[in-house]
Amino acid sequence: MFATALPALGEAWALILQPVVLGYLVLGVVMGLAVGVFPGLGGIAGLSLLLPFMFGMDPILGLALMIGMVAVVPTSDTFASVLMGIPGSSASQATVLDGFPMAKNGQAARALSAAFASSLFGGLVGASFLTVFILVARPVVLAFGLPEMLMITILGLSMVAVLAGRIPLKGLAAAGLGLMIGTIGEADAGGSLRMASYDIPYLADGLKLVIVGLGIFAVPEIVSLLRQDRSIAKGASLGAGWLDGVKDWFANIWLSIRCSIIGVVVGIIPGLGGSVVDWIAYGHSVQTTKDKTKFGKGEVRGVIGPESSNNAKEGGGLVPTLLFGIPGSGSMAIFIGAVALLGSGDIEVGPGMLKDNLDITYSIVWLLALANVVGTIICIAASGGIAKLTTIRFTYLAPFLFMLISFAAFQSGQNFEDLLALFAIGLIGIFLRRFDWSRPAFLIGFVLSNPVEKFTNQAFQIASFRFRKSFEEGMEYVFSPIVIVLIIITVISVVLGIRQAKTIMAEGDVQSGAKRAPLVFLLVIAGYLIFALINANMIPDYNMTDKIIPLVIGGFSLACCVILLVQMMRRPEGDTIFADKEVAGEDADAPFGLWSTLAWFAGLIAATWFVGFILALIGFLISFLRVRAGAGWGKTLLLTACGIGFMCLMAGALNRDFPPGLLQGAVDLPWPLK
Amino acid sequence: MTVLKSTRNAVLGLIAAAGLAMPAQADVDFSGKTIEWVIPFSETGGSAKWANFFAPLLGEALPGQPTVVVKFMPGAGSTKGANWFQKQKDGDGTLLFGSSGSTQFPYLLGDPRVRYEYNDWNAVMASGTGGVAYLNAEDGAKFDGSANALQDTDFIYGSQGATRLDLVPLLAWKMLGMNVEPVFGIKGRGDGRLMFERGEANIDYQTSSGYLKGSTALVDAGKAVPMMTWGALDENGEIVRDPTFPDIATFKEVCEATEGCETSGEAWDAWKAFFVAGFPVQKLAFLPAGTPDDIIAAYTKAFQDVVARDDFAEISSKRVGKYSVFTGGGAQTALGTATNVPAEAKAYVTNWLSEAYGVTLK
Repeated sequence: MFATALPALGEAWALILQPVVLGYLVLGVVMGLAVGVFPGLGGIAGLSLLLPFMFGMDPILGLALMIGMVAVVPTSDTFASVLMGIPGSSASQATVLDGFPMAKNGQAARALSAAFASSLFGGLVGASFLTVFILVARPVVLAFGLPEMLMITILGLSMVAVLAGRIPLKGLAAAGLGLMIGTIGEADAGGSLRMASYDIPYLADGLKLVIVGLGIFAVPEIVSLLRQDRSIAKGASLGAGWLDGVKDWFANIWLSIRCSIIGVVVGIIPGLGGSVVDWIAYGHSVQTTKDKTKFGKGEVRGVIGPESSNNAKEGGGLVPTLLFGIPGSGSMAIFIGAVALLGSGDIEVGPGMLKDNLDITYSIVWLLALANVVGTIICIAASGGIAKLTTIRFTYLAPFLFMLISFAAFQSGQNFEDLLALFAIGLIGIFLRRFDWSRPAFLIGFVLSNPVEKFTNQAFQIASFRFRKSFEEGMEYVFSPIVIVLIIITVISVVLGIRQAKTIMAEGDVQSGAKRAPLVFLLVIAGYLIFALINANMIPDYNMTDKIIPLVIGGFSLACCVILLVQMMRRPEGDTIFADKEVAGEDADAPFGLWSTLAWFAGLIAATWFVGFILALIGFLISFLRVRAGAGWGKTLLLTACGIGFMCLMAGALNRDFPPGLLQGAVDLPWPLK
Repeated sequence: MTVLKSTRNAVLGLIAAAGLAMPAQADVDFSGKTIEWVIPFSETGGSAKWANFFAPLLGEALPGQPTVVVKFMPGAGSTKGANWFQKQKDGDGTLLFGSSGSTQFPYLLGDPRVRYEYNDWNAVMASGTGGVAYLNAEDGAKFDGSANALQDTDFIYGSQGATRLDLVPLLAWKMLGMNVEPVFGIKGRGDGRLMFERGEANIDYQTSSGYLKGSTALVDAGKAVPMMTWGALDENGEIVRDPTFPDIATFKEVCEATEGCETSGEAWDAWKAFFVAGFPVQKLAFLPAGTPDDIIAAYTKAFQDVVARDDFAEISSKRVGKYSVFTGGGAQTALGTATNVPAEAKAYVTNWLSEAYGVTLK
């Protein structure tokens, strides 16, 4: 096998290094960057846009175009995560934790260039690793059965220990709540409905990650900054430049290498996708840093770790895609379909790929690496300029951010309910933030809810099948060497995590105040958990697979809440358990109230219900800029026109619709009003 | 009313198929228009692949060479998109809808989310696939053309859900007296094959293209043994050997050879009904209710032209797998066979689903 590898690698480079191929690659990269900057769209939207052109296209050109686009989405979505605190995709959620605080400290350019340098490096490490590894990957992939996948999911979940915050019980309850919210909808196994009904089809499908990510991270930050009426960077100044970020990355190059390898390895395992990688990398960054007090407040290592892993993960994700024809992510699924359309359809993604098309396989791997290089250089060049956004008075940015996140949320399911869900999750996010309940823990819980449930049920079923055959066969299946190693890593990571959690304050040093408000919030959460438990218990016993996880997790989270309740009753006012951002600090001193600020967002959604998104947006932008920002008519109209124009341009290019309202139901209007 | 309408459409389709309706479509011109082909699934599924393959070919073949774009409207197991399409009336030919077995099965099983009626729509193209079941090497050695020696073995199978296309293999194995335990919750047949390759599952099935791409390599390596195909339908609606796999026996043959399995009676009728709805007529393209006849004729002609392309067999087998394609009247007839399932067959399947898997669609 290795004998054929070198010539194939040579052929691959000969294919790649043609000017026309590189031209297509750059074109793909530019398109990918444009799509990736838009939060919530990601590679799927971009690839769908390219599909019609793939039919019969020269394979290497088509591959260059598509890979250029896919490769840079996890690079460019960093802009939104760092500058606005909006997780652009699941790949950049952990980046928000330290990247956004850095932007608030006026170090946006530094954070961005550190992130991009890490991305680039991760991509290259990933490609080098794959070049050798892809030849022997097949048995490795097959060694990861359901127990192994379950253990990796649990390892991801154990990162909650690191991110739980000052009161570990609160972090656990937040993660449990996230897990429970993740079980809403039709169960994978038996199809039972949890906290949903067929009368509300929206809930039966469950909540989408985009919406929960935006609701938990973006909405609370936007609202908080808007209330304070200042720029994102305190004092509207940019401290460090882009060169500092690159230096930061170089100083932490070993962390970057380790996280890149974590990225490739986890990316290789089919069925997990990228959802856990950045959290594992973040946890690893925390555990290997001596001074942990800066995490959550703008520690550059918290940016370097996850960003190194998320581009490397894209390379790892190629293994199940190319070798087994099993897509590691949504964009890879389209990629497989598109490859079949290329040329005369001779390239068949799947087991034959290594035998018949090793040169194409290598071309794909190195096109991906090359696209990373091109994309990163463009991004670093742009980061200094784009970082200036953080010095603008936030009141001028906020309406456009509301516009963007609403559009992104709508794209996830194309229902009006998407906007309502965004608002509801946003409210949860606002209160989690206010009372210092760990939002990362909540999100990890949500992201891993489905894998935890699925792998637990499936592994249990197959294990009991093996145990029925013989005890040895069962033990061999459940406790494979990989599982044992993963258990050891998980235990170490939990022990270390619990010791370290208290020093990591993701929400900053939150002051404590009176008992009432935190207590009410706790009771609301406990109430939801009780309701969800009763609901899960109503599922008939023959569908045990659909009820066991909600019952166990819900019971556990409720127990955490009850202990918290007892503690709250016993401890005096002012104890850390009563952390409340409205007592003192930025939020408490803000000139604008929470509800009046939130009402603007609610107004946009309500108006969309009546007149559709674009008309509502025109009204929203004009009135917001006039009333809240106090802008003159000229400025207002200009900004509104820019916003609407940008929205229509993006949606038009991607062939997307806007949320319709009652008006659109009654009258036929031309696009974009329809 | 609906029966009358579908008969009328069938007749019209047949006329179009015979080439008699050619003059009618002279008025239809889609120059400069954009046609939306709505798929009630996400961008990543098999239906997306199917529509993306046909869209550019259809655009070339329609009068005026319009642009055909594929739009995705996923949700509620494809019933959301189908319910939406049901509300679209009096089409001007710029809206096309694609349904799949996953849209047909909830309709047949009386899923409460279904608010659509297939007989209202105008089928202009239908295409189908086949399926192959296979065993691991150890159990495959016991297979002798009948399942007699497999009835004492415990099987485990990675399944997407009992109400999906997996209903067909699960019911077939049950009729053969085999004890197959499904592990539910996998996301696609590729995941099922991976579970089989890892040795966690010891029985699997793939659609024709999935089998050719992924599983034949396993068979050649001696890791898998083909058991049976679901077969194909001949002109009389009888099940015959799948032309793609002429060497593999059909379920019908295996059933006949196996003690206790009968190729008549309510179990067989139920299996056959759902097999037809899920495989030979798996994917259909529709124009909305109330579409004028000349537009239907134009689409019929366009799809016929697509299928008549010299290179069609070659490009379609490479890009979407080997499908048998019906157009015009053939599509309408195919729709009839796919959606007219006798009440007894439905009752049998509903009852079996609730007894074996606790699945109730209420």
